[in-house]
Amino acid sequence: MLKFLEMGGYARYVWPCYLLTALVVGLNVRWARASLRAAQAAARRRLASKATP
Amino acid sequence: MAWVWFHRFGSPPYFYRLAGRLTPWFAWPAALLGFGGLIGGLVLAPPDYQQHDGFRIIYVHAPAAWLSLMVYVVMASSAAVGLIWRMTVAYAVAGSCAVIGASFTALALVTGMLYGRPMWGTYWEWDPRLTSELLLLFLYLGYIGLRSAIDDLGRADRGVVDVPIIHFSVTWWNSLHQAATVMKFGRPTMPASMLVPLLLMLAAFTAYFVALLLVRARGELLRRERAARWVAEALAATPAGQG
Repeated sequence: MLKFLEMGGYARYVWPCYLLTALVVGLNVRWARASLRAAQAAARRRLASKATP
Repeated sequence: MAWVWFHRFGSPPYFYRLAGRLTPWFAWPAALLGFGGLIGGLVLAPPDYQQHDGFRIIYVHAPAAWLSLMVYVVMASSAAVGLIWRMTVAYAVAGSCAVIGASFTALALVTGMLYGRPMWGTYWEWDPRLTSELLLLFLYLGYIGLRSAIDDLGRADRGVVDVPIIHFSVTWWNSLHQAATVMKFGRPTMPASMLVPLLLMLAAFTAYFVALLLVRARGELLRRERAARWVAEALAATPAGQG
């Protein structure tokens, strides 16, 4: 296991790459969801304000 | 006949519903392919005879670089379709690409630097490939900046559409260039145990991008079409907090 983590001496290059990738992949999922939810919430608010004059 | 799907696809309520239904069909395969690619790339693939375990960076660097270019081609072509046919769905797709593209271009640059340091002995070299990737990042950032600077989405579309079109030829050349290097990995000298995880990762990132794009494009459509009648119907069909 330790040998795997050492990556043959390249650990300080390999693991940051994988961590950053995980970060970018995760953040994009979060941002995309947040963007859709915000648009849905805004549309709902608009509809609600129209329904009750 | 061939135009029927084009018109249907261009209809915002149809696209909104279809995109919602299709998202899991891209998201789950992306997760599975990515898991397989990670196991294959980090565990099963043997160390490279020259780059040793350092070559494993390729399994995240190459897919990030691939996305940076593919997202750009999608953004530019959908912006062009939007301009030519005045299609809201196409504008929404183009607008959804920018943040995804910018983040993966930045990732490709940073992982490339971390790859370059042990392999070439330097983080950065002003080589055409690296320079064009940096320009691509500025292009995405410019697109995002323009979009947020212009409040009226309709005007932003017309103004912003120039940027991708001007650079379309450059990118096209770039993407061909990049595809050629992907092909190069396919040389028989790269054993299947190294190549298969790479192809899995490329497929995973592509499916992941489609899923992100579908989610974002739905949000963009709602923002653009807020006054349309279909919005009320679409929202009534999905209870708050879902879909």
